[in-house]
Amino acid sequence: MTMTEAQRSGAEPILLPPTGLAASARRIGALVRRYLYLLLSSGVRLVELIYWPFLQMLTWGFLQKYLAGTTSPLAQGAGVLIGSVLLWDILFRSKIGFSTTFIEEMWSRNLGNLLTSPLRAYELVAALCLWSVIRLSVSMVPVAIAAYFLFGFNLLDLGFALAAFFAVLVLTSWSLGLISAGVILRYGLGAEELAWSLAFLLLPLACVYYPVSVLPDWLKVIALALPPTHVFEGMRSILLHHVFDARELWWALSLNAVYLLAGYMIFRRFLRSARENGTLLQLGE
Amino acid sequence: MDERVAKPGVETRANGANLPVAVRDLTKIYGTVTAVDHISFTLDPATTVALLGGNGAGKTTTIAMLLGLVVPTSGEVRVFGRDVTKERGLVANRMNFQSPYVDLPSRLTVKQNLSVYAGLYGIANAEERIAHIAGELQIEPLLDRDTGKLSAGQKTRVGLAKAFLNAPDLLLLDEPTASLDPDTADWIRRKLKDYARNRGATLLIASHNMTEVERLADRVILLDKGRIIEDGTPRALIATYGRKTLEDVFLDVVRRRGRKSKDGAGGETPARATS
Repeated sequence: MTMTEAQRSGAEPILLPPTGLAASARRIGALVRRYLYLLLSSGVRLVELIYWPFLQMLTWGFLQKYLAGTTSPLAQGAGVLIGSVLLWDILFRSKIGFSTTFIEEMWSRNLGNLLTSPLRAYELVAALCLWSVIRLSVSMVPVAIAAYFLFGFNLLDLGFALAAFFAVLVLTSWSLGLISAGVILRYGLGAEELAWSLAFLLLPLACVYYPVSVLPDWLKVIALALPPTHVFEGMRSILLHHVFDARELWWALSLNAVYLLAGYMIFRRFLRSARENGTLLQLGE
Repeated sequence: MDERVAKPGVETRANGANLPVAVRDLTKIYGTVTAVDHISFTLDPATTVALLGGNGAGKTTTIAMLLGLVVPTSGEVRVFGRDVTKERGLVANRMNFQSPYVDLPSRLTVKQNLSVYAGLYGIANAEERIAHIAGELQIEPLLDRDTGKLSAGQKTRVGLAKAFLNAPDLLLLDEPTASLDPDTADWIRRKLKDYARNRGATLLIASHNMTEVERLADRVILLDKGRIIEDGTPRALIATYGRKTLEDVFLDVVRRRGRKSKDGAGGETPARATS
């Protein structure tokens, strides 16, 4: 491409085609760069990302150490508690990463600029998903390393299953993130609390710290319809019985596909509703 | 310049294809409130048009519908021939927008913000473009400062830099000089005028600042209660109403309509000095 003098000097912009995969990737990249700038703008934010999961890991790690030194049958569950905490944190931190990043656009009153730019709704969602994984890695990798050195718990002992567990949990977090983002778009920052609390709804149902078998029968049905339940069951099966059931994971991934599609449709529906109700004009004000 | 006062609500072009803006029978109803009531207008290339009206006249909602931020209840909005409700993505990089009610992220530096938006608008020569605009708008010393720490006037200049990034053929501005001191407001107006003249761009400005409108606009669309009640050049409107300034015309029109509404005769065009 030959540039004119006006383009070389910046007097004239060189506008790339607005459609196609390359254009989408460029816009998603621009948005991820915006999130990276934000993260790097504050050392406190960086520390905060690691601070809470680290505290969680310490608390549960010491509890496990204590139990391991007793004759309690619970001691047999060596590694299970820390494993549960770390896996739960993958789901929780990924969800929080998605939601806070979205809410940040509203706090900064930037959503109007974004939604009037060539950015498409699915590109905004893709950028949020991608960023939630990057943010999660910044948060969890140092904590997982610390768990190994402090308590001898090696997350990588889960082997291939770890990658599958990670995928299931992150996909679930995106579904939850999409629903909370949609509700906030439609009802404004007054619904912000939902963004923080939605993941906790899963905590008792997904059987993070106990097996599905302890639930009453009617609740088991609900628990098994949630993808994370299969992750936590799978983790316990590997750590306690050294058995990995791939069928459970396929089932979880299939459920995730349904939830993700539903989450995206709910987000689009609420976005449409916000456009119909004019709430996008008031967001952040 | 065409000095006529067009009949309100009637399109000046039968076919709005490829015009910067063609609005046909546009209506927006929020619950029981009609914010925009069956308005139609077109904007020609290289014109600066002001949407004028009091609070709640429907200016911001109209601009928001042009931007795709609000979906019309009925009617059609075409920008460069494309239906904004369905095909906004195809024309979004030919438009831009600035409003003091929308901010750029405060924790990012000015340069970071402009670089992100250069990416969103698909500008290949982003660095050169940002440097050029920074020079034009005299924001070079601000480039490495956090956007949130700027004064209102500086923020407006940075917002304008974002709006000029893609050299839009259609620039939509919602009260571009609101809350600025007279000197800064005057400087911004000059920049807008220069931009429109040099690029042959179409500007649509929602405002209730009459000085601004008189200085910038080739044409005024006067809105009241969501309806177009006048559409013409500022000089033609002033002459038509036999007033000295556009502000007098505005007060005249809005107050008469207010009185007629109270008397149960709202919705009519107020009496003119000449017809």
